[in-house]
This record gives sequence, C-alpha cells and structure tokens, in this order.
Amino acid sequence: MALNTTRRGFMLRGMLGGGAVALSLPFLDCFLDGNGAAIAATLGGGRLPVRFGTWFWGTGVIPDRWNPNKVGPDYDLPAQLAALKDVQQHVSVLSGFAVPLDGQANSPHFSGNIAVRTGTPAEGWQKIVAPSFDVLIADAIGGGSVFRSLDVTPDGNPRTSYSYRDGNAMNASIPTPIEMYQKLFGADFQDPNAATFTPDPRYMVRKSVLSGVTDERRKLLQRIGAADRVRVDQYFTSVREVEQKLAMQLEKPPRAESCRVPTKPVEIAASTDIAKRSAAHKVMADLLAMALSCNQTKVFNMAYSTALSDLRKDGSATGVHQNTHEELTDRKLGYQPTVDVFVTQTMAAWADFVRAMAAVNEGDGTLLDNMLVFAHSDVSFGKNHAVDGLPMMLAGRAGGKVRSGIHVKSSGDPVTRVGLTLQQVMGVSVDGWGTGATRATRGLSELLV
Amino acid sequence: MNRMKAISRLVLVASVIVTGGTLMGAAAPPEGEATTPSAEAPASTPLLRRLTEAQYRASIADIFGDDIKVAGRFEPDLRVGGLLAAGASAVSVTPGGFEQYEAMARSIAEQVVDPVHRDRLVGCGPTEADPTGRACARAFFERVGLRLYRRPLGPSEVTLALTNVETARKQLGGDFYTGVGAALAGLLSGIEFIFQIENDVADPARPGGRTLDAWSRASRLSYLLWNSTPDAELLAAAQSGALMTEVGLAAQTDRLMASPRIVNGTRAFFDDYLRLEDLNTISKDGLIYPGFRAGAAADAREQTLRMLTDLLVTGRGDFRDMLTTRQMPMNGMLSPLYRVPVGQQDWTTVQLGEDDPRAGILTQVAFLAGHSHPGRSSPTLRGKAILEILLCEEVPAPPANVNFTVVQDVSNPQYLTTRQRVQAHLDDEECASCHKRMDPMGLALEKFDGAGQFRAQENGVPIDTKGEVDGVRFDGAVQLGRALRDNPRVQSCLVQTAYRYAVGRQLMPSDDTMLGRLNKQFVASGFRVPDLIHAIATSPAYYSVYRAAARPVRMTHGGQVSGGQF
Repeated sequence: MALNTTRRGFMLRGMLGGGAVALSLPFLDCFLDGNGAAIAATLGGGRLPVRFGTWFWGTGVIPDRWNPNKVGPDYDLPAQLAALKDVQQHVSVLSGFAVPLDGQANSPHFSGNIAVRTGTPAEGWQKIVAPSFDVLIADAIGGGSVFRSLDVTPDGNPRTSYSYRDGNAMNASIPTPIEMYQKLFGADFQDPNAATFTPDPRYMVRKSVLSGVTDERRKLLQRIGAADRVRVDQYFTSVREVEQKLAMQLEKPPRAESCRVPTKPVEIAASTDIAKRSAAHKVMADLLAMALSCNQTKVFNMAYSTALSDLRKDGSATGVHQNTHEELTDRKLGYQPTVDVFVTQTMAAWADFVRAMAAVNEGDGTLLDNMLVFAHSDVSFGKNHAVDGLPMMLAGRAGGKVRSGIHVKSSGDPVTRVGLTLQQVMGVSVDGWGTGATRATRGLSELLV
Repeated sequence: MNRMKAISRLVLVASVIVTGGTLMGAAAPPEGEATTPSAEAPASTPLLRRLTEAQYRASIADIFGDDIKVAGRFEPDLRVGGLLAAGASAVSVTPGGFEQYEAMARSIAEQVVDPVHRDRLVGCGPTEADPTGRACARAFFERVGLRLYRRPLGPSEVTLALTNVETARKQLGGDFYTGVGAALAGLLSGIEFIFQIENDVADPARPGGRTLDAWSRASRLSYLLWNSTPDAELLAAAQSGALMTEVGLAAQTDRLMASPRIVNGTRAFFDDYLRLEDLNTISKDGLIYPGFRAGAAADAREQTLRMLTDLLVTGRGDFRDMLTTRQMPMNGMLSPLYRVPVGQQDWTTVQLGEDDPRAGILTQVAFLAGHSHPGRSSPTLRGKAILEILLCEEVPAPPANVNFTVVQDVSNPQYLTTRQRVQAHLDDEECASCHKRMDPMGLALEKFDGAGQFRAQENGVPIDTKGEVDGVRFDGAVQLGRALRDNPRVQSCLVQTAYRYAVGRQLMPSDDTMLGRLNKQFVASGFRVPDLIHAIATSPAYYSVYRAAARPVRMTHGGQVSGGQF
C-alpha cells in the first residue's frame, strides 16, 4: 500500500499498513522508493499518536540507595528515588540487567552507554556500528510530524547527545531553551489550532529548490568510493527529510486540542551548577511537552547531563564525576554524601520531567499516557564504572500498551531486552536486537499490558 | 602494595578520564581513541571533506563580502586523531544539521539579492530586451557558481538554477531578485558547496596512478593556505591547466603564501593542532576563579594564535621557539590573569623578563586553563595534552574496574598533596606505563592554577616542579619548555600533524616517503613552518589519490574506523 507520508492527518489516525522495516545503511533508498512502510508504524489503531523519547543522565547512581527491593507495583522508593513519590504511578524501574561487553574493554562512561543505545558495545566513537535505537524508532514513526526527532540538552553544548546514525553521524542537540523555542515555535511554526490556513508559497519554492539539489545524487555516487558513498547518502537523506517537512507545511495541520503555544522563554545561561541546570531543564521539559502536544515531533532525546557528568555546585573545586571517584565513603552513613546529593537532585529533575508530561491533558488522559520515555545512565555505580545493573526507568503507558509504575528486577538478562521491547512497542518490526553476547531475541512481557 | 595500587588507580581515573567531559562536553570516549594519531588508515583516499565552520564563513565572506551575515549553529565537527581536519573526511550532514545549512543558505541568499547588495553582487536585472532577466541570471550563476562550487557549473546545473529562478519568481509574486535568491539558496544548500568534493584523474607522472584534477587542486591549495575558497586567479590557473604542472603549482603556492591571507591559513592549522576549539566549551568556576571572566577563554585562544602567527609566520621564526618565547601578546581581559598591567584594553605585545615563570605556549592561559578542571588544575590532563599534541603519543584508556576501598582510610597522611597523590601512579605497574610519561610534565606546570594564574604555593605548601622527559631533567615550566624545544620528537610530530591536517585524513602507508622527506626539509629549513607548508603544497604526493584495490567493499560506516571524537 502506498501511503502519502507527508499527509498529516495520517499521523493522528495512527499508523497503518505493514510492518516497518529495520533500516541499515545505506538507507536512503528506503525513503525514496515510495514504500510508505519504511516510515510507517503500527500503533495499534490508537487515535492519538504515541511518542517515544529518552532521558539521559550521566555518572550513574549509588546502587544501594537507588535500587528498589520490592518487585512489581507499589515498589519501595529508596532515598535516591524519593523525589519520584508523587509520580511513582507513572514510572517503572528496571534493575539488574547486564551489559555484556563481549570481550571488549570497558571504556569508562562509554561502553555501557553505547551498548544500551545501540545493542552493540563499542570502545570508541567511530567504532559505533549501529544506529542508536531512538533513531530506529524515529525511522519507524517519526514521519508525519514536523521533526522526525528532536535532540535537546540544557547543558549548552550541542555535542551532548547520545543519538547516532553511526559513529560518524551524531545527532547534535539543541543546547539552550531559547534555541529550542525558536526551532519549534519560531518562524516556521504553524499553529494547528489556527482558525484559517493558507499554504505559504515560500515552502513550495523551498521544496522545489531542494528537489533540484537531490538530482545531483546519482551523478556523484558514480565517481566516489564506498565510504564516501555512505556519507553522500546520509547527506541526501537529510535533504529529503527537510523536503518532507516542507511538504507537510503546505497542508493544513490537523487540530491538536491540547496544543498551547508557549511564550518565548527568558534567556538562561548554560551552567554546570546543578541547580541552574535543573532550572534550564525544566523550561526545556515544558517546551518539549508543548512540542509533543502540538505535533511538532513524536521522538525526542533529552540529555540532562553528559555521560561523564560535569555537574557541580558553584564554588566547589570538584564536580560530581570527580566526587564519585574521590569522595570518601562516610563511615557513619555508609555512602558518599556529596555524590548522593547530586544523584538525588538529578532524580528530582527527572521527576520534574515526568510531571511536565503528565500536566498536559490529552484525550481521556494525559500526554504522558501516550508516551513512552526511557531514562538511563551510562554506568551503574559511578565510583567503579560498573555497567551491569545500569539504572533504567520508563515513564508513560504508550497509549495503553505498557504497564507503568512497576519494578522489573532482572537477574542479569542482557540490557538489549529492554531496547528490543521498546522498539517492538513502538512499532519497529524487529525480532532480535544487538550483536554477539549482547543480542536479545525476547522482549520483556512483564512490561506489556 | 594493594593499597598503593588502589590509590594510584583512583587518581588515574579521577584525573585522566575527565578530559572528555571537561573539554569536549560530550560523552567520554576512551582517551586513547579520542586522540590517537595511529587510528586505522582509510582504505581509499576520501574525496569528500565537509567545510569547517571557519571555512564556510570565510568562503561566504570572500564570495559575497564580509557584510553578509552568516547566522546559525553549525553541526559540531568531529575530532579524529586529534584533528578536526581529519574528522572532516569522516562526517556527513545529519537531518538537524542540514536544516541549519538550509536556513543559513536562505538567509545568505536573501541578503545577496536585497536592495542594499543586489547592485554590487548581482549587478544586472531584467531589461526590455530580456524582460524575465534570464540572461542576467545566467551570467550571475555562471560567475557565482564557479566560486561556490570551485569549478564551473555544468550546463544542467545552470539550467536548474534558471528554472528555479523562474519557478520562484512566478510563485512569489513576480520579483526577479526573489527568484534569484531562491535559486541561490539551492546552490548554497548543495553538497558541492558544503563539502569540498575532489575529482581524480589518471596521473601523467605516475603510470597507473591517480591524482587530483586542476579544480580540486585549486580548492586544496586555497583551503590549506587561506582557509577559504579559491580566488579568481587560482581558478584561472585551474582552468588553464597550469595547476597540473609543477611550475604552475609552485607559482600559485608562492602567490598565495605571499599574501597576508596566509595568516588565516596558518591560524586555522595552529587552532586545530593545539585543539583550541575546545576552549569554546570550557567552564571555570566564577567563585574560585573570579579573574577568569566571560570572554577570557576566547581571548586566551586569540593570544596563543597571535603569538604563533607573530613568531612563526610574520617573523618566520624557528618553530621550536614557540615553547620558550618571552614575547606575549596581551590585552585588558587577560592582564589580570597574568598580573601584567597593560595600559590599553586592545592587544599589545609585552616582553616578559628573563626571570619570569612564564615562557612559551605551555605557560599561556589557553593551554593551562584548557587542560584543567573547572575548579582546579590537573597535572595529568596537562601532561596528557603534551604527550598527545606535542609528542604524537597515544594515551590508552584507563582501566575501568578500579578498586577504591583503600581511599576510605581518611587517616592516611601519605597522600595529602597533589604530587604525593600523583606519585602513587608511578608505584603501580599498570598505571605507571602511562603516568610516568604524563605526570612529570604536568607537575612542572603546577605553579599555575586551573585558570592559568601563577601561584608559588598550593595550600601553604611549596610546589615541587621537578621532572624528566626523554632523559632530560627539568625544574618548572620554563625548563620544561626548553627540554621540549630541543626534543626531536616534538619536531617530527609537528611535521606529521601538519601533513595530516593538509590531507584532511589519517595517515596511509603510502605517506611514509613523503613524511621522511618533509622531516628532512623541516630540519634543513631551520624549522620554518611556512617552508614546511610550502613543501607540502608543492609536492605531487600531496595530490595523489589511492583507491582500494578492485571493487570497493561496502563498509557499514564511513571513513576511518577508530580514533574519533565529537
């Protein structure tokens, strides 16, 4: 079935027709062959779109003060999770999953994170061989909204991103609230609830100019080597994506009842101070909630801090990362008190994020009910870079497909079972994910309704 | 011994691996991977290099004038083997990145055709004889297309531009210049502008070999020497085929190097070589270092570049003197950090006294603050930077699974000072293999704090700055600079780095002969950087293209397979 991938109504009816295809490079042809399945998704016929996102924080936790004991619903909230108290019903905790490195060295703050994201551990940037799974999900469901995916961080650095097509193609983050606002609600924004709609001919012109740009592709491909060809394909796929966005802007956007166009945020300077970081993050979380409810995107990545977290408290010579390695364990308390404060504050920011999504009413429930957010870090115990038992959480019910508010405790299953489950829930047609010892072929049925 | 081992590992991990976070802002890639110059060689010569932000901006300014604003955020460049230039032949453009390029293209094009600029930049319009302005548009795109794509546009490309002009003109209300702007935005969004795309031909001098064609040579030469797009004369030399001859190549190289714009090209090299771009994202704690004001990092970068270009390009000095010079560019922003009063806010050059604790680039704020934590100095980060940047040594990732239990013992009086703590590295075999190379050099710089300010003592204790590199003993920063100045490895590392920068990729086995020759020439020239660059630019080997044998294997991802870092 050929689907018009640029028709926006398509999105709100839920995706139809055929399974999505798992993409591997070069993938441009998947977009160009008119096979709508490549960017369609199966959302179970739900009326509202289900959105997917990740929320990342760096340098892990103190496992004894983070992992719940009780399994299933109504799990206990250890000290570092205390901030989740009023959103616990929305949040599931996934503990005890292993990150098999398959004989590779554990590159501190890197290997575990890449394994969680791509299903294949890697020792360095350019050794990342697979797309991160948020990219696979965006390939499957991201079509039909203005942005296939939105990458954001409140830390001021566009390099703070854990979303990759491959090791040479990182999806850079929008690094400030102001830039995020301008991208989402700036000159190109079309209010889905505006009374009238007149297609702007400038979009038509831009689109037709870009289709001319694409004509150059075939000529170029003839005269270059294989490695360069992959890069050329990536460039033209990116062009194609902007073309699709322009095509969409020529059509009246479908109404989005919960969409409220936000006002422009005040300028917040990027900071490594955790209180200031959390304040900027909260502004971005609110903007993101509106971006989702206004159908600007269905997939996002929020990186609260870097993998090797540089968060600090103003006036302190050492930041959270240095503290994880250098701070003495308080004999009376039995843990590193400064590190504990940082983790607790980070979890409070995560709770802020969940609240921001739950605060938007949508249909009979909330925006969060129609979302699936995967939160994780790069290590479990920051102090020794352990990757087994890496802390992970889920928020939202994915339009009713996923149970929320439970603790799933694994005894060492590969972490890829989580990524596989998330892809399957989001409509990626995939029955196994990861490579070697890190490969998973079974999802987590405990999470499914 | 177990206790020693644990402590030393602790210090190692705590101090080394933070580089990624502090300097790069992104995930911590393994340190060795981040910088190793020995990352795997490409199978074929990559033919696409994405313009860096500086190259993009300079090209637009050269083609349209520097009053045309380029507003937008560029995709971050990738550092491979320590060089962004080498990453340029590995990266592509992501969807988010292209959106930015397209927006910048439209903004540039709108300015070019606006009423303020159109007379100068378009220079014609519809006439009675040519009511749609087609002839004018043709002349414009042939002229500007040559500059933007660094080769003449093909007939189909010109036709496409003219069609775009017409379509846009009709759809947007009939104005000719609006049409030209829309079509120009298309050219500016094209892969041929955003990337340098090289074209190879059979090499007449090397039967069976391949070499770059004249247009590609013009681009290489221009971006290497001026960090910008070729000018009209260079393009004419490509058109005439002169660049395919050694004489023609030498003539153009001489001309470009005689221009004051050679400073732009060499600045770009030094900026990449010393990783000064990282200063964009460093943060310093304002309470601990109130003297390090907003803007200090940018001025520190400028200070280092000014020192290097004054010394090595304008003054044609000995490269090695960058490690010992007492000539220090200074301005009002930096003077409090150096405690050197300057009578003016703007740049001036001060001569430091012979007993001054500072001499050379290692004692500048750019290096000292750039390789420190936000709230304190780090001998290990500084030592590692010297090893990687100046000595082209690979520093592998530290071990991850460190046993930290011993440091719980707060009563241990053995490790109170930085040197004592860092000394512990050397007592452990696994850590010592790297730390004995890094730490002594970093410790020599310990009389400068995390913001690069001088301090005689640390926490009331005098600072011991003695050490040794390659058998040469030193005490303090000035002597360290002298030791490195006379170290032949620093010289050959510079040659190797300059060549990787020039070719924009990791080394391939076929580069060995060239490097050997360049090293000899560099020594013979008295270590003149302009002579080194001249030797690269005029060498036929610089333009050689190697293709993987037989049918190329389709790789799962582009470019080199290791050594990268965003």
